[in-house]
Amino acid sequence: MTDVLTAPSIDYLALLPMIIVGVAAVVGVIVEAFIPRRARRGLQLTIVFAALVASLIILVSNAGIRVITGGLAIDGPSIFLQGLILVVSIVAAMLIAERSVDPAGDAFAPRVSSLPGSDEERELTRRGFAQTEVWPLMLFAVLGMMIFTAANDLLIMFIALEIMSLPLYLMVGMSRRRRLLSQEAALKYFVLGAFSSAFFIFGAALLYGYSASITLPGIAEALAAKPGESGLVIAGFALVVVGLLFKIGAVPFHQWVPDVYQGSPSPITGFMAAAVKVAAFGALLRFLYVAFGGTRWDWAPALWVVAIATMLLGSIVALTQTDIKRMLAYSSIAQAGFILVGVIATNPEGVAAVMFYLAAYGFATLGAFGVISLVREQSGGEATHLSKWAGLGRRSPLLAAILSLFMLSFAGIPLTSGFIGKFTVFEAAIIGDATPLVIVGVVASIIAAFFYIRVIVLMYFTEPGEDAPTVAVPSAFTTLAISVAAAVTVALGVLPQPVLDLVERADVFLR
Amino acid sequence: MIGNGAVIAADVAPVLEPLTAATGIFAWIWLLIALPLVGAIVLLTTGRWTNRFGHFIGVATVVIAAILAIAMLIEMMGRPADARAFEQTLYSWVFAGQFQVDVAFQLDQLSMVFVLLITIVGSLIHIYSIGYMAHDPDRRRFFGFLNLFVAAMLLLVLADNYLLLYVGWEGVGLASFLLIGFWQYKPSASAAAKKAFVINRVGDVGLSLAIMLMFVTFGSVTFESVFSSAGEASDSTLTWIGLLLLLAAAGKSAQFPLQAWLLDAMEGPTPVSALIHAATMVTAGVYLIVRSNAIYDRTVFAATAVVVIGVITMIIGAIIGSAKDDIKKALAGSTMSQIGYMVLAAGLGPVGYVFAIFHLLTHGVFKANLFLSAGSVMHGMNNGVDMRRFGALRAVMMITFGAFMFGYLAIIGIPPFSGFYSKDKIILAAFEVNLIAGIAAVIAAGITGFYMTRMFTMTFLGKARWDDDAHPHESPAVMTIPLIVLAIGSLGLGASLYYWGDIVEWLAPVTGYESRPIAISTTLLELITLATVLIGVAIAVLMYGRSVPIQPPQKVSVLTTAARNNLYDDATNDIVAVRPTWYAARFLVWFDNRIVDGAVNASAAFVGGASGRLRRLQNGFTRSYALVMVIGVIVVFGVLALVGLS
Repeated sequence: MTDVLTAPSIDYLALLPMIIVGVAAVVGVIVEAFIPRRARRGLQLTIVFAALVASLIILVSNAGIRVITGGLAIDGPSIFLQGLILVVSIVAAMLIAERSVDPAGDAFAPRVSSLPGSDEERELTRRGFAQTEVWPLMLFAVLGMMIFTAANDLLIMFIALEIMSLPLYLMVGMSRRRRLLSQEAALKYFVLGAFSSAFFIFGAALLYGYSASITLPGIAEALAAKPGESGLVIAGFALVVVGLLFKIGAVPFHQWVPDVYQGSPSPITGFMAAAVKVAAFGALLRFLYVAFGGTRWDWAPALWVVAIATMLLGSIVALTQTDIKRMLAYSSIAQAGFILVGVIATNPEGVAAVMFYLAAYGFATLGAFGVISLVREQSGGEATHLSKWAGLGRRSPLLAAILSLFMLSFAGIPLTSGFIGKFTVFEAAIIGDATPLVIVGVVASIIAAFFYIRVIVLMYFTEPGEDAPTVAVPSAFTTLAISVAAAVTVALGVLPQPVLDLVERADVFLR
Repeated sequence: MIGNGAVIAADVAPVLEPLTAATGIFAWIWLLIALPLVGAIVLLTTGRWTNRFGHFIGVATVVIAAILAIAMLIEMMGRPADARAFEQTLYSWVFAGQFQVDVAFQLDQLSMVFVLLITIVGSLIHIYSIGYMAHDPDRRRFFGFLNLFVAAMLLLVLADNYLLLYVGWEGVGLASFLLIGFWQYKPSASAAAKKAFVINRVGDVGLSLAIMLMFVTFGSVTFESVFSSAGEASDSTLTWIGLLLLLAAAGKSAQFPLQAWLLDAMEGPTPVSALIHAATMVTAGVYLIVRSNAIYDRTVFAATAVVVIGVITMIIGAIIGSAKDDIKKALAGSTMSQIGYMVLAAGLGPVGYVFAIFHLLTHGVFKANLFLSAGSVMHGMNNGVDMRRFGALRAVMMITFGAFMFGYLAIIGIPPFSGFYSKDKIILAAFEVNLIAGIAAVIAAGITGFYMTRMFTMTFLGKARWDDDAHPHESPAVMTIPLIVLAIGSLGLGASLYYWGDIVEWLAPVTGYESRPIAISTTLLELITLATVLIGVAIAVLMYGRSVPIQPPQKVSVLTTAARNNLYDDATNDIVAVRPTWYAARFLVWFDNRIVDGAVNASAAFVGGASGRLRRLQNGFTRSYALVMVIGVIVVFGVLALVGLS
């Protein structure tokens, strides 16, 4: 009469990409503890790039695998999105590794625990200290994102959410310049993030109470089996969705976004904007499609409200921003709204379009933050006030042209990736009977075009001011990152078909 | 009404022979176009270093194309009548769903004669231009444009579908714009170029609409499928296609009411005028109508419209030509009138198609002859064009005089010169179908006799009325030799094409041909025509034979004043088209500034204001952010509860 606890069968090959990143993150922590300071950077860089590339290679060779194993669903969307997270993270890692644009070193505080403005901080800066803790943190965040997109039950999803978020809270607070702003942002992000996590886990508990299952397919079965019992489901669904909408920065759960984007070191902002969006949309898609795919007409109106508010508020408030990082923060809110339109489509085209849009947006936003990190005040800090950007096109035509490219892509101008992204998302929504949403989306795009193109006007058609910023000469890291981002932005705009084919082949969730 | 419908619509459409794939020498059809095109590209892109020998490249490409065309003609003549049409597909050009168009060429008997006219007359004009433009600093560019003109025209006549024809059509329009405005430093030249281009655009709209309508109706724009299924389309559709094609033809061929550009187009160098009036451009409209015979055979209304337009233009061109003192403008009026003959013939249906083309060929030669002779005169007279300052040039430029005289005799239709054969056939065909058209054609022939005699007398005969600094002289051989060749053509081409070349039988497989009995005898009709012409000649001799005042007389009849003003076509255009457009544009500017911009600015101000208010929500306090989130949760929950999640 002994209960035999049978170990779940686990397909380790399918999980190998995540295992690699996780092990590398742990190794990175050990390196921080035991390896002398001088040797750390080289070693950490090796570990990060080796792990990310190895993980990507295994993932690509796994592309045909479709399996549910140990609470994770390895299917088309999760493989594509995990691959996207890895590629975006590689590019972001290049930005994070940059050490030539800030005269004092890299973008991060020499010792995060030192008080801002203290003697200790000055001394460390004078001695050229630079920390490397950011690398294992980044790997943990990547691990969390990868699991987040594949999580097939709500508990795993919650754990992944926390694995992803906790390192990010820390990374946000690490800025070398304007440290108080950075730390304030980190604290806000942490408090609000914890708040939203509480919503999520409470919602998961309610859904468990309703369906006696914590897995997404289990919830779907319960919904199909006993329609009509709505109280727990409505509350549970609402709370879980709010937790996810917080991560993608949808209105009205968006208010952390501008403060955090502005306060973070620019490479981290780029990493968050690109990779976290991918992961969070992956989880949102899976939650809505797998668990609640059968009740689309019940939840769609609520998301319609959120999507419309997100597109309009993001676009409108961005108009009056004077700081380019805050402007891009509101832009990312508006973009999240556009992607939500694809989510609401609730059809395979929508899944494909969302995935394409995430790729297009991810690269353009990484490139934009890469460019922003190059434009520096005389004092060495980033010149993020928009007025400083006036006339940049005359002194640095190449830089201005590249930033213009990203702005045009955000605005959705043809021959850039952003146009194809918007087009596919809107097309999917029309197929999915959400035409009014598309109309709002187009109106919001018109409003948004103003502030994107204003940056171009500012750079090319405005006289430079007195205290014109300098443009730092980056090392190969940032140069390569911006080049890749620009190349992808053009390639996805001019020749999108291979990637469109790819996302079309990967648009079915496994139940 | 012209004729009666039953006859015209009878089953006279030519049998559409399946085209033979082009092999042998016909595999080189593409080269006909490629040669002058490459010449144009080379001349227009290489810059200054081809200045010294560029014109030889220009001449060589067209001459080689002409030789190739002649070789093709010989080969084609050796084949049976039903195996003379060839097609060559180069590549698939447009493939958008149902809409499939190839870059493909069709060389049949009709295209062949056009190719010959374009390349041979084009060659002579090219050679002549070496001398005429010898002192122009931009001679290389000029030859580049000439080559472009020839290439576009060849593309137009060789295309096997309407869309590719349209490319050539637009190419001709572009090249004519560039050439008419060649001396762009002259405001009158650039204005003339613009005028030609704009008026041509009106016709182009007709062609593009016709092509669209064909695609909608037949699902294809190739000649083969449009013509073979023309019978299945409704009458009204065919009529619309026919009228739209007529609009296009009127634009390119300077037919009423789109004729106003032709007189101003004389601002271009004289070889350009020759090229436009003889070998290219104005013939394109006639080609289009004749090529589309399968459509006009089935729509009496459109065919009648063609005849009416032809008759009107034939008469007004002749009247304008009678009052002009500028030798080139008088010739331009003459061209208008002669093209009117061809359009009239083309509208007559199978009775007239072959004679439209026949006259087009002879006219192409003798009008080139006349224009180049006029150019030779101008060359010797310091570029003067006022015939009141000419006179007595016979003695000083014998070759030019002789060439011009041959052209003169040809155009007024004195046997055995070539115009006699072709024009007479048109008059005859007109009588076969409709009495009014026939009488109009005879009257126009009489006016032709008048204005050409006037021109001939004022220029070459009478007393010298030269400017003081004029030293008329004969032109160099490079100009006179083409004149001599063309003069021989003016003499012999008509008879040889008619008797020896058997033009009727040659073209009939493409255009169809029928002859109808008429009430009076053919010989009598010819005599009446000839008499009318001679009356015109006699009046002109009486009026201008003895003396010509240097200043144009001011007390003249209303008709003369009107003719001097081109029958007020510019004034009419101004009232009908220019002013309304101008007022509409002003209104739209006002509308754009006030209403559209007003709406845009107002909504921008609204959005900006909203932005300013909404950003205040972002107050920086974490607690209020959390509160907004809670409100958001309530809203999401509320909407879900309202809709009722089951």
